[in-house]
Amino acid sequence: MCLGIPGQVVEIIDAGNKLAKVDIAGVRRQVNMACVVDEAHPVEDCMGEWVLVHVGFAMSRIDAEEARKTLALLAELGEAQAELDAMRESGKTSQTTR
Amino acid sequence: MKYVDEFRDPAIARQLIREIRESLPRIDVARQRPLQLMEFCGGHTHTIFRYGIEQMLPGAIELVHGPGCPVCVLPMGRVDDCVALAERPGVIFTTFGDAMRVPGSKKSLLQARADGADVRMVYSPMDALGLARDNPDRQVIFFALGFETTMPSTALTVLAAEREDIENFSIFCNHITTVPTIKAILDSPDMQLDGFVAPGHVSMVVGERPFQFIAKDYGKPIVISGFEPLDILQGVWMLVKQLADKRCEVENQYARVVRPAGNSAGLDAIHRVYELREFFEWRGLGSIDHSGVRIRDAYARFDAERKFSVPNLRIADPRACQCGEVLKGVIRPWQCKVFGGACTPETPMGALMVSSEGACAAYYNFGNLDELLQRRDSPDGVRFDRGST
Ligand code: SF4
Repeated sequence: MCLGIPGQVVEIIDAGNKLAKVDIAGVRRQVNMACVVDEAHPVEDCMGEWVLVHVGFAMSRIDAEEARKTLALLAELGEAQAELDAMRESGKTSQTTR
Repeated sequence: MKYVDEFRDPAIARQLIREIRESLPRIDVARQRPLQLMEFCGGHTHTIFRYGIEQMLPGAIELVHGPGCPVCVLPMGRVDDCVALAERPGVIFTTFGDAMRVPGSKKSLLQARADGADVRMVYSPMDALGLARDNPDRQVIFFALGFETTMPSTALTVLAAEREDIENFSIFCNHITTVPTIKAILDSPDMQLDGFVAPGHVSMVVGERPFQFIAKDYGKPIVISGFEPLDILQGVWMLVKQLADKRCEVENQYARVVRPAGNSAGLDAIHRVYELREFFEWRGLGSIDHSGVRIRDAYARFDAERKFSVPNLRIADPRACQCGEVLKGVIRPWQCKVFGGACTPETPMGALMVSSEGACAAYYNFGNLDELLQRRDSPDGVRFDRGST
């Protein structure tokens, strides 16, 4: 839950509600981008960027190198798996996540 | 040093350890007793045990493991409240997976589900809100917990529920705050800590400023650190260097993620939706002033505590529980009288045994149990739990 997993923004779903689709270690899900965008950097500019995702919310923009290292560490610790499973399951139950 | 070789860059690790060792003679207190440095975050604790970071540090440094994860420190009474909410007819009770196993006085959420309650695991509070949209005839309650890292996510979800006017959604708010908790630990008379490794992801939200008082008012150095083994080692090195130079400030080792001012959108959502509670109960630590938040009146209709009644009973921690002393660095986890006996990960008595991130569970799982227990029961096995290499 406290774990942040890096993901890459692959699609802007709803710019008004600041929602994007993010690829997190192969799992694609909707992520709320409200905490990493502002007038100077709107959600439309986030395509392709890497973000640290906590419980479905992007909490920090990070660079690709940081993302790669963090993903490797999580894989080593075997930490991210439970979170990714929850992500997959949870994505199924609520189709209307906006 | 078998662990160091597991690091991506063992050479840097060795260099850091060498520099830590060389700085130690310049620290007065380190000549009388081991330095006690606390890491507050369960994620740090996990990395420390996984990579054996304590064993590779000189014996004159002890790492005191903080309250671990926010799931572990929930008092039994709050878990009982969750079960009571989940067992109400017509309710879908949603929670992060981590919280399912935490024991209440009678059962956990997992047991409640086995008994027929509709308890569902979600990954995000937004998924719980989605369930409320999909099930307008049910009441969907989200069990909100966590330190400042997860506070913006539930706050933004409440704001979304209001925007969409979703009536059948509410949250049971158990968010806890980091700073008042560190302050309570610092204020206790038997506290012996010399410095803090501050939690990276909490800091990502709140920034550096809320930690200033630790340096200013309490004269303890504090370094915000990331979660890589090298991050933590570097954090420890920066603390030792501050102590050796007789400096005392907030430093940020994790600047690649933590901005000095934190995350303004996240902080803004937190302040709009929550206000401080006068106090909050912790498993193992008792009541701590201002250590939790509740939903503001303006959003009362999304507050499960006000929408439904919860039993809200205080269930005292078991007498033998010594989590408080462990957290303050007064005793080491394995020195607790019930460690490994009445208190194990299967039957946790105290907070620190509940999840793998808790200090006691970490020692139980990763330590040499027989040796630890032997040392606890021998009269002179008190402070050092390894040679002073
Ligand atoms: S052994 Fe159990 S009761 Fe004792 S300090 Fe650890 S968690 Fe608390």
